[in-house]
Amino acid sequence: MLAWRNLWRNHRRTIIMISAVTIGVWAMIFMTALMRGMVNEMLRDGIQALPGHVQIHHPEFRDDPSVNNLIPATGTELKETFGGQGFEAWASRVNVPSVITSERESRGVTLVGIDPVAERPITFVANDIVEGRFLEDANDTGVVIGLKLADKLDTELGKRVVLMSQDPDNEIADRGFRVVGIFDSDPDAHEEAFVFAGKTTVQKLLRIGDRVTEVVFLGEDYRYVEPLFEQVNALAGADVIVERWYELDRLLGSMLKVMDGFVLVWVIVIFLALSFGLVNTLVMAVFERIREIGLMLALGMRPSNIVGQIIFESLLLLIIGLALGNALAWLTVVPLKGGIDISAVAEGMAMMGASSILYPDLQMNDIITANVVVLVLGFLASLSPAWRASRYQPVEAITKV
Amino acid sequence: MTAVRCIELCKTYYQGDQAIKALDHVNLEIREGGFVCLSAPSGGGKTTLLNAIGGLDRPDSGEIWVAEKRIDNLSKGDLAKLRLHQIGFVFQAFNLIPVLTARENVEFVMQIQGVPADKRAEQAKAILEEVGLEGLDDRRPADMSGGQQQRVAVARAIVSRPALVLADEPTANLDSRNADELMELFVELNQHHNTTFVIATHDQRVMAYAKRLIRMLDGRIVDDIDQQAA
Repeated sequence: MLAWRNLWRNHRRTIIMISAVTIGVWAMIFMTALMRGMVNEMLRDGIQALPGHVQIHHPEFRDDPSVNNLIPATGTELKETFGGQGFEAWASRVNVPSVITSERESRGVTLVGIDPVAERPITFVANDIVEGRFLEDANDTGVVIGLKLADKLDTELGKRVVLMSQDPDNEIADRGFRVVGIFDSDPDAHEEAFVFAGKTTVQKLLRIGDRVTEVVFLGEDYRYVEPLFEQVNALAGADVIVERWYELDRLLGSMLKVMDGFVLVWVIVIFLALSFGLVNTLVMAVFERIREIGLMLALGMRPSNIVGQIIFESLLLLIIGLALGNALAWLTVVPLKGGIDISAVAEGMAMMGASSILYPDLQMNDIITANVVVLVLGFLASLSPAWRASRYQPVEAITKV
Repeated sequence: MTAVRCIELCKTYYQGDQAIKALDHVNLEIREGGFVCLSAPSGGGKTTLLNAIGGLDRPDSGEIWVAEKRIDNLSKGDLAKLRLHQIGFVFQAFNLIPVLTARENVEFVMQIQGVPADKRAEQAKAILEEVGLEGLDDRRPADMSGGQQQRVAVARAIVSRPALVLADEPTANLDSRNADELMELFVELNQHHNTTFVIATHDQRVMAYAKRLIRMLDGRIVDDIDQQAA
């Protein structure tokens, strides 16, 4: 009660400080939600580009992604193993390096043989077709290429290109494909790197029966991939390697870690700015009450109780600011859940792999981080004024004018 | 039983290079239930002696005993405990906590002592009635007269029934009527509860109420008069 009343002795100062804490906490949470949303988008795009959440490969495939490192199990055996296991989505692919040639240019690409129906929930391509169509089934004899690759090859929809790779006997395997679709993806690099064709068509081209180079699985949330990994690992044999998305794409994986670190740094930086105001407020509050503190000490209050009193006042102030800041953040983020149009800076964002619509993501972890940082650092910032107050000599303090 | 005993108490303050002897080999014994006035001109050492007896200030040398316990060598924490449980203070400038009401100011000491809330409220109400502040429980210091504020301070000092009350110029900011009422209150408490009072003052009217008058000059006791005998 004493702390509460002390807080409101100087209404204006307290309101200014609470406003500062409120705005600071709001900024911490709101900006974090925006950044989270941006990183989510980048990660989701990255993961949808091909990795999925978990993949299976031949143990050598990642070092030597060639047709010689096929998954030992046949396509039929894979269906028996993974079919009906309740995965969000899963698909098998043939994924080999190859050369694509138009009548004018040649480029090195990764040829991805897919089952379009199984891939639809996993891979971005189906949603990014800007010309023509997506592949219709695994036997589709057409090819889907990226917009940039089409430009580099100086080819276009309806034209034929030749894809050339090697079969398991190291013999040249090539055939002509008609360009049936062109995709425009984020990030742009995928447009030049990947070429998509029907899985069965590619298997025939490479003379590998119904075998594949990778199996990809999708779970509910890329952030909580462990249960999916455990499930796949339990089903997969010892002759394959099972990896999570962040092991498959280290850059994407590091983005999540960098983001977590960045959130903490961001929250601490904002608090440090706030802490000057907080310490100043507390020092002033202590300075104005030297006589009173001296009186309390004279009446028998222990110095440790004085420290507790000042810290409690500080925490009370912070808790009010936190409550208001959290509420304000929630009120401003929730209406924006549908996305914020940032098309004005979309080009720059696209370079980083983010889309022109930003979906703020308010995560409980981030809210907890902001609150804990404010309380812990607030407590530490209060220690100095509180300690000073407790060191007053009652006789000297009580006679201060 | 001896309420206060001081043996060869010395305390020197320094103003620049100049040493000021606030207490100069003071020897003093006050019996339980005593009503003693310390009288001295400004700078005579009465407040220093009072603060030393109350554990608010430490002497440079000598011994202080309160209720047969030596206190000059106690730690800060133990001194705080002593002040909390055995000594009541009344200061010159009322010294109430401005954000608390009269009742809450009185309850403050009991709160630190850990007295349960209902008992605190009951005792505070009773003591406020005893000092003549019935009905003013919920007033804050700013809404009370100087005399009323000093009565709240007295109520706070005696609510825990300390054996010893130390009052430093308690009437300095009061008019003569309020000063007389306060002193009559002190006398009543002294007589009814056998509380020992040590009052530092240079107010002649206050000295007239004392059973014993101790005069100090330059940190030394120069006169010790039993006014009852006189």
